[in-house]
Amino acid sequence: MEGAWVALALTLKVAGWATLLTLLAGVAAGWLLARARFAGRDLLDALLTLPMVMPPTVLGYYLLVLLGRRGPVGAWLQANFGINLIFTWQGAVIAAAVVAFPLVFKAARAAFESVEPQYEQAARVLGHGEAAVFFRVTLPLAWRGILAGVLLAFARATGEFGATLMVAGSIPGRTQTLSVAVYEAVQAGQDDVANFLVLVTSVTCIAVLLAAGRLAPGRVAGQP
Amino acid sequence: MPPRGPAIFVLSLLLSAAASAADLTVSAAASLTHAFKEIAPLFEAQNPDTQVLLNFGASGALLQQIAKGAPADVFASADQETMDQAQAQALMRATGRRNFVSNTLVVVVPADGKVVPKALADLGGSGYARIAIGQPAAVPVGRYTQAVLQKAGLWAAIEPRMISAQNVRQALDYVARGEVDAGFVYATDAALLPDKVRVALTVPTETPILYPIAPLAGAPNPAAAQKFVAFVLSAPAQAVLAKYGFGKP
Repeated sequence: MEGAWVALALTLKVAGWATLLTLLAGVAAGWLLARARFAGRDLLDALLTLPMVMPPTVLGYYLLVLLGRRGPVGAWLQANFGINLIFTWQGAVIAAAVVAFPLVFKAARAAFESVEPQYEQAARVLGHGEAAVFFRVTLPLAWRGILAGVLLAFARATGEFGATLMVAGSIPGRTQTLSVAVYEAVQAGQDDVANFLVLVTSVTCIAVLLAAGRLAPGRVAGQP
Repeated sequence: MPPRGPAIFVLSLLLSAAASAADLTVSAAASLTHAFKEIAPLFEAQNPDTQVLLNFGASGALLQQIAKGAPADVFASADQETMDQAQAQALMRATGRRNFVSNTLVVVVPADGKVVPKALADLGGSGYARIAIGQPAAVPVGRYTQAVLQKAGLWAAIEPRMISAQNVRQALDYVARGEVDAGFVYATDAALLPDKVRVALTVPTETPILYPIAPLAGAPNPAAAQKFVAFVLSAPAQAVLAKYGFGKP
């Protein structure tokens, strides 16, 4: 059962990095779409939300074709930096981040839109620059909503399966996350391993949801 | 279409039965995909009331589905061991078990690959950082590969480079995309992508690669199951299998 703990540690590492990436990208995109007015805004919103509704296998295929050795991005990374993402845990991070991104983006956009522009105006009148307005007024006011999205993104990244399997494969100790390990154990008829893995996964997910409920009451876990 | 048409159409889709009495579900090894997709319509032409539903996957994964109660009628495995397990669990009708084709294990490399192994031992050298091998616990081609490499004393050197595939076609795909430097597949799989993969080595296996087929004990459609097994052994089906490079059992 030692393999289960290795898989759990790897899952948390992958989900943690993926959440960090989605936090940065999701807040930036959410702020842009909440505040800026430009042509094609609705289309951009739809494109950024797409990973939430598209099957993970479709995303996995896109990523495999883009990031693979013969893909435009993959070949470029290999030629210029010697980086290869397929079959690596970093590849799993990319897959999980893409799938989880809309959860942060959507939450961030809604949170920024609910911030009263008057507060920002007041800060500007008091002499704050745009960066200070964002970090000292807008972001703190929107933080709760963003955090709810971030926690959901973490949970989603923890459970990512389809895109991860296609991009990162299933290498024990390197890319085999909990969900992939469960799949492989069931395929091989190792029910005792599968039972233990699903137990670990379930407990982890419950812990994440409880933490989410405590950190952002009423937004994630349905508590008042 | 009257205004209610679309609603009725959607409703009928939602309510249509998952499987009808005349369906025949065949769970077959992934390496049989192309051949069985061609054999199914030939069988249906002879048995117009039966519709063949094909379910492909690694033999080990198919066995697990059947063991957990999947309503399959026929099981075709890529190795004897998986079928032996099915027999031990009394999942299939042992009297109906037949070997219907044979196959060969090969090492393939990407067609534009820089290195081509001359012998199995070369795979342990530099230039082969990643080698696609079916997951031995569930995928027969992986099990054959592991046995060969262990016998040759190469398993310890090659296992750390192994990219495990969920079935033989995934291993083939990894090689065709150039994501791995080499892969172990069947000769019949390699023959499907002659411009993307190159057969570098033919690997003799200790046990011959013989595919068994059998009607299942829990078959919802036992009569058609027996007919299908007989059909796969008949000349028209064997001709299709031979066309894809399968050998006589």
